[in-house]
Amino acid sequence: MTLPLPWPFDRQYMQLALLSGLVVGACAPLIGTFLVQKRLSLMGDGVGHMAFAGVAAGLLAGVSPLWTALVAAVAGAVTIEWLRLHQRASGDLALAVFFYTGIAGGVVLTGLAGSLNAGVLTYLFGSVLTVSPADARSIFILGVVILAVVAVSWRAMFAVVLDEEAARVAGLPVDALSLGLATLTAVTVVAAMRVVGVLLVAALMVLPVGAAQRLARSFAATLRWAVAVGVGSVVVGLAVARAGGLAPGGTIVLVASATFALTSTIDLGRRRVRAS
Amino acid sequence: MPLTADALRLDDVRYAYGRHAVLDGVSLHVRAGEFVALTGPNGSGKSTLVRVALGLSAPHSGEVHLFGEVPGALRQRWRVGYVPQRAMLVDHLPATVEEVVASGGVARRGWARRPRRDDPVRVDRALEVVALSDQRRVPITELSGGQQQRAFIARALVSEPELLVLDEPIAGVDVESQARFRDALVTRCHQDGVAVLLVSHELGAVADDLDRLVVLRGGRVVFDDTPEKLTAEGVSLGVHRTDLPVWLEGPG
Repeated sequence: MTLPLPWPFDRQYMQLALLSGLVVGACAPLIGTFLVQKRLSLMGDGVGHMAFAGVAAGLLAGVSPLWTALVAAVAGAVTIEWLRLHQRASGDLALAVFFYTGIAGGVVLTGLAGSLNAGVLTYLFGSVLTVSPADARSIFILGVVILAVVAVSWRAMFAVVLDEEAARVAGLPVDALSLGLATLTAVTVVAAMRVVGVLLVAALMVLPVGAAQRLARSFAATLRWAVAVGVGSVVVGLAVARAGGLAPGGTIVLVASATFALTSTIDLGRRRVRAS
Repeated sequence: MPLTADALRLDDVRYAYGRHAVLDGVSLHVRAGEFVALTGPNGSGKSTLVRVALGLSAPHSGEVHLFGEVPGALRQRWRVGYVPQRAMLVDHLPATVEEVVASGGVARRGWARRPRRDDPVRVDRALEVVALSDQRRVPITELSGGQQQRAFIARALVSEPELLVLDEPIAGVDVESQARFRDALVTRCHQDGVAVLLVSHELGAVADDLDRLVVLRGGRVVFDDTPEKLTAEGVSLGVHRTDLPVWLEGPG
């Protein structure tokens, strides 16, 4: 079914891309806001590479890559966070271990498939214009789960990212909340794979947050601005990509980068005015 | 004195990093309405003692009780308020003073529950105590170090704890903030009956208000009595006194 939307969203494939992109554009910055405060900005990258191994395993086994990617991403994210919480490895070392293990596993599994599977490339670099109605439905469901969990737990997660030790003393379930955030990161990565690809998914978790931090003066406002920048980047990026015949995943991330640069310039100007 | 009368009680607690004993048979108690300061030279085991007392680290031997319960079994954790050493704020942390203070009340009402009607009143009260009411909507990163520390004290107060543990809360804090800090602690302790354990090198701001002073050295308690007993021996509790390290070496 095609909705009567104006250009550039007048075709069904663009509407499916828009629906998937809006979900990812809202969810990725939402989760990213907490990761950035925890100094785990690159967690999306590490988990994305685990998801890549899951995609390759799914294509090799002939099962849906979305769900094998979800299993691999959740397992990787939870293990990274467990290692960090129990001080078995620093956050960046744990990320690096999974980053390289994931990409190496993906390469080996892809090799086992006999040749470079074209399907793998759609997950590596994203292929939002080929999202099927079934894919869009899966992404939508994952997005609803992410939004519902964040709506319930964002105040507690804020207390944890602000001061993990004080939150633990106060009686908050810090380990459960941290592992929950890691799981949400994995779910977001998997939902975003078809939109921007695993290589760029972390960009949508970080760039809108960086832009929002320069516009907002409160945490609640940062969440709202980050979502607005993420969603705006998706809409503008898809439109520019269609008009110029560009790769949509990369275009969406470039729009987010430009927004970050613009807000940083505005923030710098404001600080100079205040200082003078 | 029955066990439950103590807000905090440590009995013969030992803790070691490898073979290095950090706490060596430490016993300590803080009762409701009592203002106790814990001091000692660097490396004497103060921060480890705080971690063990709060249940963040398990003692290798000995017993720790919070309100008569071992820390892991205390269900009403909100009864314990904790102000850690100067918190490291993330650059560009986009949070207002009000948001930081309100985060201290999440555990008491239940982490998944929405704020209750009286939650803003608790936040107001905590902000008033530390004299930051007019800064409530200011991003916390725009406050001075002393003001930030007062905000973290307010965060600990917002759940209306019955035991307040503060780890070096006024290190490097300006004089005005120290006075505000003192007023906040004395009000909570002597008017509201809150038990206070203050870990600090700088006791000048609260010297006249302390009920007991505990000195830790080499992982052992070497002095546990009224500050008057120490000052009667000519020892000063003043801020940044050059003789401070000397008197810490003296008792015991």
